[in-house]
Amino acid sequence: MEITLTVNGAAKTVDVADNALLVDVLRESLGLTGTHVGCDTSQCGACVVHMNGDAVKSCTVLAGQANGADVTTIEGIGNPDDLHPMQEAFRDNHALQCGFCTPGMIMSAIDLVQKGGGALDEAAVRDGLEGNLCRCTGYHNIVKAVLAAQSST
Amino acid sequence: MASETGIGASVKRKEDARFITGAGNYTDDINAAGQTYMVFVRSPYARAKINGIDTADAAATDGVVAVFTGADLAADEIGDLPCGWMVKSKDGSDMVAPPHPPIATHAVNYVGEPYAVVIGETLEAARNGAEAVDADFEELPAVVDLSTAASADQIHESVPNNQAYDWELGDKAATDAAFDSAHHVATVDIVNNRLIPNAIEPRAALGEYDAAAGTYTLHTTSQNPHLERLVLAAFVNVAPEARLRVISPDVGGGFGSKIFVYAEETAVIWAAGKVRRPVKWRAERSESFLADCHGRDHVTTAQLALGEDGRFLGLRVKTKANMGAYLSTFASSVPTYLYGTLMAGQYTTPAIYVEVQSLYTNTAPVDAYRGAGRPEATYVVERCVETAAREMGIDPAEIRRRNFIQPGDFPYDTPVALTYDTGDYEASLDKALEHIDYGGFGARRAASESAGKKRGIGFSCYIEACGLAPSQVAISLGAGVGLFEVGEVRVDVTGSVTVVTGSHSHGQSHETTFAQIISDKLGVPFENVTVLHGDTGRSDYALGTYGSRSLAVGGSAIIKATDKIIAKGKKIAAHMLEAEEDQMEFADGTFTVADSNQSITFGEVAFSAYVPQNFPLEDLEPGLSEKAFYDPPNFTYPAGAHICEVEVDPDTGVVDIVDFVAVDDFGHVVNPMIVEGQVHGGLAQGIGQALLEHGVYDDAGQLVSGSYMDYTMPRADDLPSFTVDTTVTPCTHNPLGVKGCGEAGAIGSTAAVMNAVTDALGVASVSMPATPETVWRAASACGEAPKAPKEGE
Repeated sequence: MEITLTVNGAAKTVDVADNALLVDVLRESLGLTGTHVGCDTSQCGACVVHMNGDAVKSCTVLAGQANGADVTTIEGIGNPDDLHPMQEAFRDNHALQCGFCTPGMIMSAIDLVQKGGGALDEAAVRDGLEGNLCRCTGYHNIVKAVLAAQSST
Repeated sequence: MASETGIGASVKRKEDARFITGAGNYTDDINAAGQTYMVFVRSPYARAKINGIDTADAAATDGVVAVFTGADLAADEIGDLPCGWMVKSKDGSDMVAPPHPPIATHAVNYVGEPYAVVIGETLEAARNGAEAVDADFEELPAVVDLSTAASADQIHESVPNNQAYDWELGDKAATDAAFDSAHHVATVDIVNNRLIPNAIEPRAALGEYDAAAGTYTLHTTSQNPHLERLVLAAFVNVAPEARLRVISPDVGGGFGSKIFVYAEETAVIWAAGKVRRPVKWRAERSESFLADCHGRDHVTTAQLALGEDGRFLGLRVKTKANMGAYLSTFASSVPTYLYGTLMAGQYTTPAIYVEVQSLYTNTAPVDAYRGAGRPEATYVVERCVETAAREMGIDPAEIRRRNFIQPGDFPYDTPVALTYDTGDYEASLDKALEHIDYGGFGARRAASESAGKKRGIGFSCYIEACGLAPSQVAISLGAGVGLFEVGEVRVDVTGSVTVVTGSHSHGQSHETTFAQIISDKLGVPFENVTVLHGDTGRSDYALGTYGSRSLAVGGSAIIKATDKIIAKGKKIAAHMLEAEEDQMEFADGTFTVADSNQSITFGEVAFSAYVPQNFPLEDLEPGLSEKAFYDPPNFTYPAGAHICEVEVDPDTGVVDIVDFVAVDDFGHVVNPMIVEGQVHGGLAQGIGQALLEHGVYDDAGQLVSGSYMDYTMPRADDLPSFTVDTTVTPCTHNPLGVKGCGEAGAIGSTAAVMNAVTDALGVASVSMPATPETVWRAASACGEAPKAPKEGE
């Protein structure tokens, strides 16, 4: 089946299997390997991307569901010379170690802050990120980074 | 005063630019032209005989390239997966390790053990083929319960009583005598719960075979690619070392679970040679649960003998350790040399006797997981100490103070084979007490009580032996390899520096920390230093990353190489400045003739080394690149005080960690920001063990906690923010004075949490994990055990 979607601002047409997942389209068809697969079961959040303005776990979105969608991945929010404020906050607060959960964590955090209306406190950030697993940081610095990014935007 | 990028500065990480932009390069991100996909066919039974495997339908499945069983590997003389550490029993006999074929041949011994592999043109084809493999199993009763495993059915033909070894350490007679003279004996019965490591990146491998050159390249998620290569070459017989390159690119967390040489990578690289095409595998999370090595899983009875004054007289520990179905790469050393040797803790206990019986069960193999033996030892010691304090009515801080090894006592020989080089345990405890406001605890407890809650405080003063290890000590204790590290410092023509280290970074930040060291020592700008790691094609044989060893051992190798660079640089500079070598001084990137204004920069010396016109070629080789191996003379001994304060709701059993303070002595700290991050992560894992995580098998040997729905990983809303601080007694025997920080959080925190939970409830013990149900049930016995008096109460 052929699907057309916008990924990081560019229109893409991809031929995929009926049972293909959005994460397969991103990683395998489009080579956007910044989106990671950590659990295959929608539990760990390493695969979070934005679809039509919402954070979604791309390992549990069928490629067909993304037909016509506007998708943003970690590769689409900034680059080393022009970082997104959340990327900058993660770097400045040492909110990542091995980096594997980081893309999904950043995409979830951006969604959280965008929808939080500037009113997130520590408890709200912790609650909002409970769908993203990190085994390295103990979340301490991730929470700090998200609150810092909220203040800077 | 440290420079902004030198030793002691919280420099932002070099690694981050790629990780925050999605440009990391993990094994599963790498693809090879024409690659195939491997799927493992895994045992549904905990224990069964294999009467036959029919692969015909699988081989005939559309898109299937090949199907292999253990017989195919055996026909190619692929060897068993070895355990690299020999442990001897009390009677002097060698440990007993059963044969461990990578792919099971005649029997399966845990759920998830692979017995066939299917290779497909696509992952889907391989999965379809795997569905069609038909094995004839004869199911046998599973041995699951550790406490009765020694008298259960014999799992392996070659292993009587399912026993790997029955090991001892310490002076039994002296310990018995200490107990005979004791005023009080505190006894604890402990189950140290099985944990499943769960690095967020699943294990993965991409194997390639170059038929023209006869060489193999394995990209894999390994913490120690050289060890992987050594084992695959020398023991498993995949290919000679020189024709096998192992590359660990970016690796998404390890925590020990990626040290070991597993069936999967072995099958991938071997099969790449068989099918003459690249072969790729990436674990699904359910495979990670089933087939990554698990951690902990001890059953222990321990007794602490005390004098009337609360001084420790003797410690007696009897432990059963679960090895799982086979002996994994380092499994034998974990409940012995990384456990029994730590039983002195921070204390002057004069007599200690430890017995450890390691047993096989029909469960996944158990091996090192963050802390590896030392968390288990700390849990034993610190639960004993806390119990004694309560039973004798002594403040838990005070009883520790009375028994600390004092700063003037170092070097200190413990009765369990280690010599601590340095420490100041009271300094860490004092700082931690200040952070937690110990004096205010009584008022806080009263406030909780008036709100219907139970408040408790728990201490854990841990020690660990890190910086593994003096090779000759380790080898004399049974290690099959040396444990040094290599570092290479290559000065480029233009004066920038490339460092090649044998230590692999999978979150530890070597690319930043090691660059800080070079920048500091050579005066080269931080941004002009690049650190390479994780490739047997790039660095000399090295031992990799585990046991908090990278900076203490790998960093020391880099310092040694840097010293050689400076020494050679002085010779070159002396020639260029027409001075004597012994007149040359080097500081801040400049070579200076002593007591003169004659100087030359490091960059000019480097250029001269590579464009050797004004250069003493008759005495000196051109170039400026040096390598060093560093073998530590002793372990390092990070230690600290962790204090946890909890509030428990007796009606729901929910434990709320209201404060957690960790004060650690890691010796000198190169990058405080990175060190704090390491502590945070360790604390999360230690707290996870105490409150959330539990690897559970049912009586039939089925893994009940085999997914993120069933195994409770610490999530952001399960944890508090932490208060982390340090004290410093520099390590006395490595050039950086560092001790290592990677495991401390996981080692110290678990006992602190459980001491707090039991203090809150006023009960002698609560089993881990202290889930709401467990705590709620324990709360019915509230107040039955004595509470220790606290300062300010």
